[in-house]
Amino acid sequence: MFKNNLHHIYAWLLISPALILMGTFTHIPSILTLISSFFSTGTKKFPSKFVGLENYELIFDDPIFLEAVLNNIWYAIATIIPSIFLAILMALFVDSKLSGRALVRMAYFTPTILPMIAVSNIWLFFYTPEIGLIDQIATNLGFNSQNWLGDKDTVLNCIILITIWKEAGFFMIFYLAALQNIPPELKEAAFLEGSSKFYFFRRITFPLLMPITLFVLVNATLNSFKLVDHLFILTKGGPDNASNLILYYIYETAFSFLDSSYAATLTIFLLFALAIISIVQFMFFDKRIHYR
Amino acid sequence: MKNYFNSTSIEYFAAWILALVWVSPLLYAFWAAFHTNEYAINFEILAPLTLSNFAEAWVQAPFARYFLNTFLIVSSILIVQFIVCTLAAYAFARYEFFGNKILFAIILLQLMIVPEILIVENYNIMSKLNLVDTVLGVGLPYMASAFGIFLLRQTFKSIPKELEEAARIEGCKLFGILLRVYVPLAKPTYLAYGLVSVSYHWNNFLWPLVITNSVNTRPLTVGLAIFGAPESGVNWSIISAATLLSVSPLLLGFILFQKQFIQSFMFAGIK
Repeated sequence: MFKNNLHHIYAWLLISPALILMGTFTHIPSILTLISSFFSTGTKKFPSKFVGLENYELIFDDPIFLEAVLNNIWYAIATIIPSIFLAILMALFVDSKLSGRALVRMAYFTPTILPMIAVSNIWLFFYTPEIGLIDQIATNLGFNSQNWLGDKDTVLNCIILITIWKEAGFFMIFYLAALQNIPPELKEAAFLEGSSKFYFFRRITFPLLMPITLFVLVNATLNSFKLVDHLFILTKGGPDNASNLILYYIYETAFSFLDSSYAATLTIFLLFALAIISIVQFMFFDKRIHYR
Repeated sequence: MKNYFNSTSIEYFAAWILALVWVSPLLYAFWAAFHTNEYAINFEILAPLTLSNFAEAWVQAPFARYFLNTFLIVSSILIVQFIVCTLAAYAFARYEFFGNKILFAIILLQLMIVPEILIVENYNIMSKLNLVDTVLGVGLPYMASAFGIFLLRQTFKSIPKELEEAARIEGCKLFGILLRVYVPLAKPTYLAYGLVSVSYHWNNFLWPLVITNSVNTRPLTVGLAIFGAPESGVNWSIISAATLLSVSPLLLGFILFQKQFIQSFMFAGIK
């Protein structure tokens, strides 16, 4: 009995450093964010006071926030689907008996390890009007010069393209791991049965990749809501908020407009949205996945 | 392994084209960095190579200091992560204790509530702790990592209990067992987690941007963002040089240890 009690104490002692650190910077701030979303932002003249759900009512009347949410939804969909498609393609390429396979794999994966800031610096030059690389090529071919990042219609898609470039290679890794786990007997059997390569992919490989797709999907969705580094370099959310994303708007609200209570409210909204998205994805996919 | 479905040459071609497209932005950055600005958009094969852009960038901004800061941030995070996560992972893997399931679930919450999302409140907490604009302040929110605890717990669970018992009979105490049995056997996990952590924090931007405001604490990413800002009016070749400069250690490490990197990311993803 004594030994058992000691066990409890040991375990808690071992966990306590992690618990204290994580509590201080994850759980307590989450709760504080929730609390501060019910208060007004204090100034020298008007100290912070309880306002109930007033901040939450503001959210629904905030056109910039609405735009950021819509942008973010489009951003998520338009980055995740092509990235996953490309990732599967890359994984299939690299998993085959391709000559120079290591080099190709490295080419696909390299953007992943570069900081988004560095990547943005490089791509910024591509998009610059007139002197930028895309415009140089376009004008040589007889097209008109285009201000890619300064145009409300193109800016978000330009950002999306960069994200796809950066993320596809990252997701490839997970598919590659999954492909290597598929038993070779399946291939042998399908080959002997005379099935086509595409049929094999559609009926065997693809279903077996579903669990990893769920994992990638959850990760990619989280990523599309928390990665805004490139906006700092490329657009600052502009022009006219056409490329604003939720987290960037939270940053602006807190550190440029200095409205920390409203930023807290936006944060709570984002956390809820992420929780709901993760739960829905799990429930939806859990039914359709063929676990081995 | 025998390959049953032979790949066609079209596939090889497509694979290589895609690879070329994928590295071309990077190759372009190399081109711009090693040529003077007038050749940045003129692709003449014989254009003279130069290193002056690197020299210029190095002089125009305190990159040496940024390197040091990034190094300090990344290594302090890694060391504390290893210690904190090892202790917690061991407890979760080997002890049946009061509240272990709930506690584990609470810790895993951090996988979703990442520190990036809590920048506003974490900034307030740091200012209460007097840690704004310190290297410690940049690292603290990341030092207890749910991902690390989870990964190590999985690994520790797969280590046979008999080894621990044998070590105990030999007279090892708790920390001895950890250091002599668990840590050596979990080396691949530490390597994988270490690489993922280093590349994550080398590249991290938003939180360091919020919490640092001087040259003495700013990491490379934040320094680079300030350096590359259009207002600063530096030319294209120099920005490319600065960009390559700040990614060079990571890029070099990646090229040299490509296999380990990719295996580590795979390993970390599958668990």
